[in-house]
Amino acid sequence: MNSESKKRESLLRNSGLQTIIGSLLCIVVGLLIGYIVLLIINPSGAGSAISAILKNFLYYPSAAASMKYFGTTLVKASALLMCSLSVLFAWKVGLFNIGAAGQYVIGAGACLYCGIKFGLPWYLCLIAAIVAAAIVGGISGALKAYFNVNEVISCIMLNWIGLYSVNMLLAKVKEQSTPYTKPLSSVNKSALLPNAGLDKIFTNNQFVTIGLPLAVIMAILVWIVLEKTKFGYELKATGMNKHAAKYCGMKEKRNIIITMVISGGLAGLGAGIFYLTGIEQWMVQQTSIPGMGFNGIAAAFLGGSNPIGVIFSSYFIQHITSGGTYVDKTVYCSQISDLISAFIIYLCGFVLFFKMWLNRFLDKRDEKQAAREVKGGKA
Amino acid sequence: MVLLIQYTLIFASVLVLVALGGCFSEHSGVINIGLEGIMVMGALGGALAMKFLPETLAAPLMILLVILSSVVIGMIFSLLLGVAAIRFNADQTLVGTALNLLGPAIAVVLVRAINSAESADNVSSAVSYGQEKKAFLANIGDFEFNWFMLIAFLVLIASYIVLYKTKFGLRLCACGEHPQAADSVGINVYKMRYAGVLISGALGGLGGLVYITAGVSEWKFENGVAGFGFLALAVMIFGQWKPVNIGLAALLFGLFRALSNVYTGFDALVALQIPSTVYNMLPYIISLIVLVFVSKKSRAPKAEGIPYDKGQR
Repeated sequence: MNSESKKRESLLRNSGLQTIIGSLLCIVVGLLIGYIVLLIINPSGAGSAISAILKNFLYYPSAAASMKYFGTTLVKASALLMCSLSVLFAWKVGLFNIGAAGQYVIGAGACLYCGIKFGLPWYLCLIAAIVAAAIVGGISGALKAYFNVNEVISCIMLNWIGLYSVNMLLAKVKEQSTPYTKPLSSVNKSALLPNAGLDKIFTNNQFVTIGLPLAVIMAILVWIVLEKTKFGYELKATGMNKHAAKYCGMKEKRNIIITMVISGGLAGLGAGIFYLTGIEQWMVQQTSIPGMGFNGIAAAFLGGSNPIGVIFSSYFIQHITSGGTYVDKTVYCSQISDLISAFIIYLCGFVLFFKMWLNRFLDKRDEKQAAREVKGGKA
Repeated sequence: MVLLIQYTLIFASVLVLVALGGCFSEHSGVINIGLEGIMVMGALGGALAMKFLPETLAAPLMILLVILSSVVIGMIFSLLLGVAAIRFNADQTLVGTALNLLGPAIAVVLVRAINSAESADNVSSAVSYGQEKKAFLANIGDFEFNWFMLIAFLVLIASYIVLYKTKFGLRLCACGEHPQAADSVGINVYKMRYAGVLISGALGGLGGLVYITAGVSEWKFENGVAGFGFLALAVMIFGQWKPVNIGLAALLFGLFRALSNVYTGFDALVALQIPSTVYNMLPYIISLIVLVFVSKKSRAPKAEGIPYDKGQR
């Protein structure tokens, strides 16, 4: 056997690489399905529509304009990154935090209310967002730990309770004539996150703030906590088998609650770094939960539930979501991107099976090769 | 008062249908978190059938075709969960969540495409079916009787009989409790699980149809079904996976949901001056509280959520 093929073989057996291949396959198949749906709706424009989704900000011919919209996509992606970190952190501890969406909503409500009503500076608003969302996450965690309430269902209930409460709360600080909250830029400039010169890079896009590097730092921090600390190890052990963890002297109930508190806090921070840029005002008559938290699920699994991986997957999901707004609206609608990311989540369910199949395939090939070599030796 | 009873019954019908769907799926061993998405797809199937069927069609035929359409679409959609969870051992919570996102996305994309194909200015995601809906209604005095109430009641009785009195039902439950044991006496666990998921798809789809025809005559698919699939799951847990208890639990939850529609008709409730948003929140708050009390001694099927592995002991 030559050394080169052996090297390639061991590389394919690498679990990380397998995950990356799996995720890329999910993306390709997801996009393909999206393309087919576009073809079914209207065959003539499907090609340009899918390329509009993939191009996103490159839609603008001038470099300055596309750089500006690249910045906007990055701002949204950083919020999405925090949501997917929230989902991922809970997932590593064996909990499915579908409530990231609701925690995000609560975070948005808290930081906007503090900013508009009390005129607090940005760092206090950010802390308010984190704390409020962490409490909501903690409620789900406590219900799970002490009352065995399935966290998925309690999270969904809290999502709706959160949406209605935030609508009620923010209705107190809305503009007189519109259903939107008062813009931070006119009411309280100190609540806006500092730009720290980052806006200059993106053609004076004032929404690009320190939130961007902050999100990436949080991703690295989550990775360090989960992989390199005793605390993270305890949490993961609780997730794998909470009875075994209890037997080893870990406080499994406390661990579940802490996980959900941290998870909620991450989603809240995501809302903070999004709404405190002033990029969007809250519409107080919303009847559906913002998709950020749900897209976070897609990003978390597409990134192979690895904190570094989700930096890229979050960007990708946001890239196609933003790209969806550039399709020809007279024929298609921007939700085609939601359809693609939903399919990507669905396909992520198959990644584990794909890895198993790949390993079995490699085993078989090895066996065959070994058998052939034995034969060759005899002859 | 009549209005309150009417709305309670119709919302309870939705919850009974969907919760029973979840019940069949979980008894076979597959957790169906995706009921919400299945409801949306079923609603879509029904709404489109009502949109495209001629208004002049005889009422019984209309009812039959519309129901059939939503049931079939619901079943096809639930197969996405079935194939992933049963054949490919995928994580059931993850795939279920994917269905929940997929359902509304497909519905919005499709409805918008249909609407804008009809007229280029129409970019809404709503389907209206005011005329066709009348086939389902019959007035008894002030009370607007909906045929779905009867259907839900019949399904409830049928579910009880199927689950406890037939070979199929008992075998289905065996697959959710101890699939290896079921397999050892010659039951095909995979087939049973597919059956469970398909039944949940059929009932979930039907529930979705009932939900969008309850009280309104057009539906904006952007809103999905507002967490009703999950309320149904809460009903199922509250009912401890038993049909009769599920029926009672659904009545309770239906009452709270109905209150948000009709509370303005009660002087005592209006006098309390509670904002209407609170009434909207009520079903979700109640279900959280209820779950706290019943989850501790949960009687969930033992093997639910665990992919069946023939080689495992």
